[in-house]
Parts: sequence; C-alpha cells; structure tokens
Amino acid sequence: MSIEVDNLTKVYGAQKAIDGISFVAQPGSVLGFLGPNGAGKSTTMKILTSYLTQTSGSAIVCGMDVSTHSMEVRRNIGYLPEHNPLYLELYVREALAFIASIYQIKHPKKRIDELVELCGLGDAQNKKINALSKGYRQRLGIAQAIFSDPSVLILDEPSAGLDPNQVLSMRNLISELGKTKTVIVSTHIMQEVEAICGEIIIINRGKIVANDNLISLKAANQNKSLEEIFIGLTGPAN
Amino acid sequence: MLSILIKEISSFFSSLTAYISMAVFLLLTGLFLWVFPDSSILDYGYAGLDSFFNIVPYLFMFLIPAITMRTLAEERRDGTFELLVTRPLSDWQIVFGKFLACLLVVVITLISTGIYYISVYQLGVTKGNIDTGAVIGSYLGLILLGAAFTSIGLFTSSLGKNQIIAFILAVFLCFFTFSAFDSISRIISLQDFESFINYLGIVEHYQSISRGVLDSRDFVYFLSFSALFLLLTKTVLGARKW
Repeated sequence: MSIEVDNLTKVYGAQKAIDGISFVAQPGSVLGFLGPNGAGKSTTMKILTSYLTQTSGSAIVCGMDVSTHSMEVRRNIGYLPEHNPLYLELYVREALAFIASIYQIKHPKKRIDELVELCGLGDAQNKKINALSKGYRQRLGIAQAIFSDPSVLILDEPSAGLDPNQVLSMRNLISELGKTKTVIVSTHIMQEVEAICGEIIIINRGKIVANDNLISLKAANQNKSLEEIFIGLTGPAN
Repeated sequence: MLSILIKEISSFFSSLTAYISMAVFLLLTGLFLWVFPDSSILDYGYAGLDSFFNIVPYLFMFLIPAITMRTLAEERRDGTFELLVTRPLSDWQIVFGKFLACLLVVVITLISTGIYYISVYQLGVTKGNIDTGAVIGSYLGLILLGAAFTSIGLFTSSLGKNQIIAFILAVFLCFFTFSAFDSISRIISLQDFESFINYLGIVEHYQSISRGVLDSRDFVYFLSFSALFLLLTKTVLGARKW
C-alpha cells in the first residue's frame, strides 16, 4: 500500500474539515477523489503532502508517517495543488532547473529535456511562464510534479480550465502515469473519472460516503450514471 | 538552500523592482553626497565619507523593505508557498536561502557605491588622504546593518499575503530598532537605565563599528539580532501546522 489513511480528522476552529476518513491507495490504478466543493478533498491532499498537520488519525505514504517523516514523504511525493501555482516571473526552463536543484538531480539538463518532451512543452520551453496559455501552464505544473519521478502523485483538479483537446491529452498522461505510480486525482468532471479512474472515493462534508471501484459502485446503484450516484450521495437531499 | 538563493536572485532581477530600488538608492546617495549643500562632500571640505555613512541607514530603512517585501508575501498570495513547502526543503533552508538572496542584493548595491570612495580618494588635496580604516569599518557596519534590516523585512513579509503591509511594518520596525532606543533613553525618568536602553538599539552598535573599532560585542549584537528575526520568520512559517 503506498497510501494508508486511517481515521484522519482535521478540525479548523469549530468546523471539522474532514471527519475520521480511512482509505488505501495502491499503484497500478488511478484513484478518483470526488466530492462537492468544501467537502474536504483539498484538505486531505494537503495533509498527505504534509502541508498541513492532521488533528488526529494517521496518514502513511510509502510506509512513512507524514507527521513524523515529513521530509522522506515529501521526497517521494509529487503534488499539483489546486489552481496550479507557478512562479510567473521565471522562464519555463528556469522553473524546471529550480526543481532539479531542489532534488539535486545529477544531469538536470537531460531530465528537463525528457520532461519537456513527455509533457509536450516543446513550443513553450523558452518562454516566460506569465506568457503561457492555461494549457501550457497546466502541463508545466504536471512536469514539476513528476520531475523527481515520485512513486506517489497527488493531483488536485489537474484538468480544470483546459479545452477538450488538452483534457484528452491530460487524461492520457495521467492514465499512463497511473500504470506504475500511485495516483490520486480530484476532479468535478464525471466523464474524466469514468475514463481514467479505477477506484473511486466520494467524500461529503468530511466523511467518506462511497469507496469502491467503478464497476461495483455502478452495480450497487442499479447501474445509474456516475453523475446520478454523485448527486444521490452528496446532493441537497443529504 | 542554494537552489532557493539562485531562484530568488533570478526572480529578483527579472522584475523591475530590483533595478528601480537600486537605481533610486544610488541616485539619492549621489544627490546627498555631491549635490545637496547640507551634506555635500564638496562643501564640507574634508575628504571623508561621514555624511554618506550617516545617510545610508535611513535610506536602507526604505530600500531593504522594498527588496524583502515580496519574498514570502508573494509566495503566499500566488499559492507557490504551498508548492515550496511540500518539496523536500526544510523551513530553515527556505528562510536562509531567501535571507541570503536579499542580503546579496544589498551587498551588490553597496559595492557600487565604492565609486564614492574612489572619487574622494582622488579628490583629496594630497591624493589618498582618506581614513581607509574607518571606511572599511563603516562598510562592514553597513553590511551588518543590512543583515539586521533584511531579517526584519523577511519577518514582516512572512506575516501575510499583503506586500504593502509587509513594507510598512518593516519600515517601522527598522526605524524603531535603529533609533528609537536612543531617543527613549533620553526620557528623564528612564535616565538610570540610559546606557542599557541605548545598548538595545542598533544605532549605538552601528556607530561603534563605523568608527573603525571592531568590537566583538557589536558583532554578537548584530548576529543575534538577525538570528532572532530569522527564528521568528521560521516560527511563522511553521505556524501553518499548528
């Protein structure tokens, strides 16, 4: 198991952002992390990447506890935060060289060339980041996340704001990465979940309301569409 | 730490802020030193850089907060802060990397004022008639002062997302720690503690080093002053996990 979350709880003041959630994720299939806005998806991801600390419970990534072995966890995890923050004043290759120097990669130029190729950044590689289109920025965000070839990838809404062609290539890239790595993707696009995710977790108001693979989740809900299942579990009726 | 340092420097010189603040600083020192009659070396009649070293601390109060204000506040505003602290970097590496980058910019600015020394050296009635020891001491004092102000600026920049607030707070704290203690010590009812209160302020130690007297107590003062504010900065960064 690359990720084991057990009874994880995060309390902000009086509000429980996540309330005793437990799940596991393993390499070989992409885990889709669904839920309405404010359900606690991003908070969970922030705890897994050790940006925040949980109030109680435990999260173990690659066999190491995120609260006690934060540095080792961070070395093994690639993270694309929501809204894909980037250093707009840097050039694309400069930004990648910065990441290379953090991980002390031996042949930075070779690795940067590989990633430019893999993420389709060829036309943009010598531009300043603030001159890039949304699609290229998102590709750069992914390139930064997978730079050190981490065994766990956490992607918070990776295809938000992309055009249909870009969404398609993003999906292919994520599926490809999911074959060998543990990948958690949060998204609001149900077609995307059906296209790339093997396992699905639906979270609502800080609690897990569904945790299953796509096929049995549908079978258990009279073969309704994923959208209907999602609304049924998290909609206003709940 | 080196990776942060290099990234900060390249960020810095790819924005206009760096060039403008350095240019304004050099323009102001140039005006004070050679044009304005109250502080001009030419009117003063002595081949010394005293007026330069008296003015620079007050210019630093604005220059350095302008340099440091974006360092952490901008990362927080743009969300890159989250990306930075989820990389395998310790908070200390981030704080030191940024501190050294800002200090390096300050030192580069100072180096370019070396031309004033050369000018005065050449202009003396007997060429070279300038107290080089005091000049070296004063430059050392300025670098230490720069380090102290940079650590203040980094601290205020770590407090929030707003660069303007970071700037204003830093200007205030720089001014307060530099000269307020000296003024407070003159309050009559506090006169029993005058030398102690004086000792807390920067100006006392800066002037002591500027005289060319390299006293280890002054070094310890500046180092612990910077260390204190860097520690505060690191604590603020760690506060996200509380």
